[in-house]
Amino acid sequence: MIFAIEVFIGGLLVGTMYSLVALGFVLIYKSSGVFNFAQGDMTLLAALALVGFLAFLPLWMALLAVLALMIVLAVAIEAIVLRPLVARPPLVLFMATIGLAFLLQGIGQGIWGTDPKGLSIGISDIPFKVKGLLISQFDLVGGALAGGLVFALVWFFQKSRIGRALRAVSDDHEAALSVGIPLRRAWAISWTIAGVVALVAGIMWGSRLGVQFSLSLIALKALPVLILGGIDSIPGAIIAGLLVGASENLAEVFLGPYVGGGIQTFFPYLLALVVLWFKPYGIFGREIIERV
Amino acid sequence: MLRVEDIHISFGVLKALNGVSLEIHRGEILAIIGPNGAGKTTLVNVLNGVYHPSRGHIFFEGKELTKMSPHHIAALGINRTFQNVALFKGMTVLDNIMVGRNLKMRSSFFSQGIYWGFGQKEEIRHREVVEKVIDWLEIEHIRKTPAGMLPYGLQKRVELGRALSAEPKLLLLDEPMAGMNLEEKEDIARFILDANEELGTTIALIEHDMGVVMDISDRVIVLDYGEKIGEGTPEEIRKNEKVIKAYLGTGVRR
Repeated sequence: MIFAIEVFIGGLLVGTMYSLVALGFVLIYKSSGVFNFAQGDMTLLAALALVGFLAFLPLWMALLAVLALMIVLAVAIEAIVLRPLVARPPLVLFMATIGLAFLLQGIGQGIWGTDPKGLSIGISDIPFKVKGLLISQFDLVGGALAGGLVFALVWFFQKSRIGRALRAVSDDHEAALSVGIPLRRAWAISWTIAGVVALVAGIMWGSRLGVQFSLSLIALKALPVLILGGIDSIPGAIIAGLLVGASENLAEVFLGPYVGGGIQTFFPYLLALVVLWFKPYGIFGREIIERV
Repeated sequence: MLRVEDIHISFGVLKALNGVSLEIHRGEILAIIGPNGAGKTTLVNVLNGVYHPSRGHIFFEGKELTKMSPHHIAALGINRTFQNVALFKGMTVLDNIMVGRNLKMRSSFFSQGIYWGFGQKEEIRHREVVEKVIDWLEIEHIRKTPAGMLPYGLQKRVELGRALSAEPKLLLLDEPMAGMNLEEKEDIARFILDANEELGTTIALIEHDMGVVMDISDRVIVLDYGEKIGEGTPEEIRKNEKVIKAYLGTGVRR
């Protein structure tokens, strides 16, 4: 039983990190209605840049430098990619983000190289015991960080004026413009926020898996999370992330042996498929009501 | 207050507006009428910067806004509603109207984001204005309802509220009463008249219901095939030969 709880908790903590990646998608989708295929590569770029800057800067300065880079990137994406595509169908914007994904990947690896790099931010990955349960310290910090970020973002979107304006932009571009919301600035802000989320995700995943190309593939892990939680729901991303983390861990340990193991890799997709049957907008997604 | 000089705009071979000039005077209610496809909505879209004319100029309080984008024009005090309601459907009625108020909020970027101190005080002050608008439009009971869930008539009313909460100098209404029953139309007409009299808002509206147009407007402008074919008081428009022709067809003998 103790073991089952350990597996469950370990899964939840990994789940918070899935939430973190999914959150980047949700933020962009909420504010510009675009599914940002490049989120995983933004995560990779942030992690690569952090490792690169750490070579000659102390941690806090490197973090600031990467933050600045993500802001510059957001503004550049708005100006170069999004602005010429205003009022185009969502599919066109989606295609543009695919291009962006390859571009960012190429730039990151062009500057900092393709070999795997270690990233240490001074948190050890040694498990410790709480009431007889083994818990990873690193996962705990990651969970707390993700939780805090999520809380701040939910608050920002629901309560602050800029959050409200961003929600308005995602709902109806033209109407948002007509009430005086500068679309460009709104987009730059939401891409900056997505960049920050990518940075945090890059730090957590990077120090766990090493900074390398495969980091950008964690975006694929975010897909079932998005389907489960609904692509426009911040709380949905959180809860679905936890659900995916915990269920894949439990499935691997308790169901895996019967089918030869390795089900961790596809279990989340199976879960997502089942949810699609019953809740096509996800568990927390907004059901779109069209009046015709 | 607003002067439009000889504007042209075409979509492909279709000349949507062909040399239209007009003026909107401070404090009036101006109705823009015309058959379907006459260019009325295009005119509103040009006035608030959605489209830019290929020729001609638009001046508002002496400032040229011909090439400005919609959010700059909104900041100058021109607000609008849309023919097919453009509310933020997933947001509550209250949030919709608060967004309309966005422009009037002046505290700095960071304090708005962080909501402390001045930002918070300001939020409360604007909330009061918004509550007044809600009260005035008699939509208290639906404040917390997502706008997309409301019946059409109420959505139009909320959209009017969103536009009014910005306290615009000039309010452009694109068919504010389309698809409404008589009672709802009377309500909206009353709100338009009240906004004009009590708040001093200048109003330009597009409307098809001639009864309403003749009742509430001070002046009427008639468009047909992208050209202005008549202008005057409702009384004058009723007698205008060209207008009668455009509406009834050329075959009518009188």
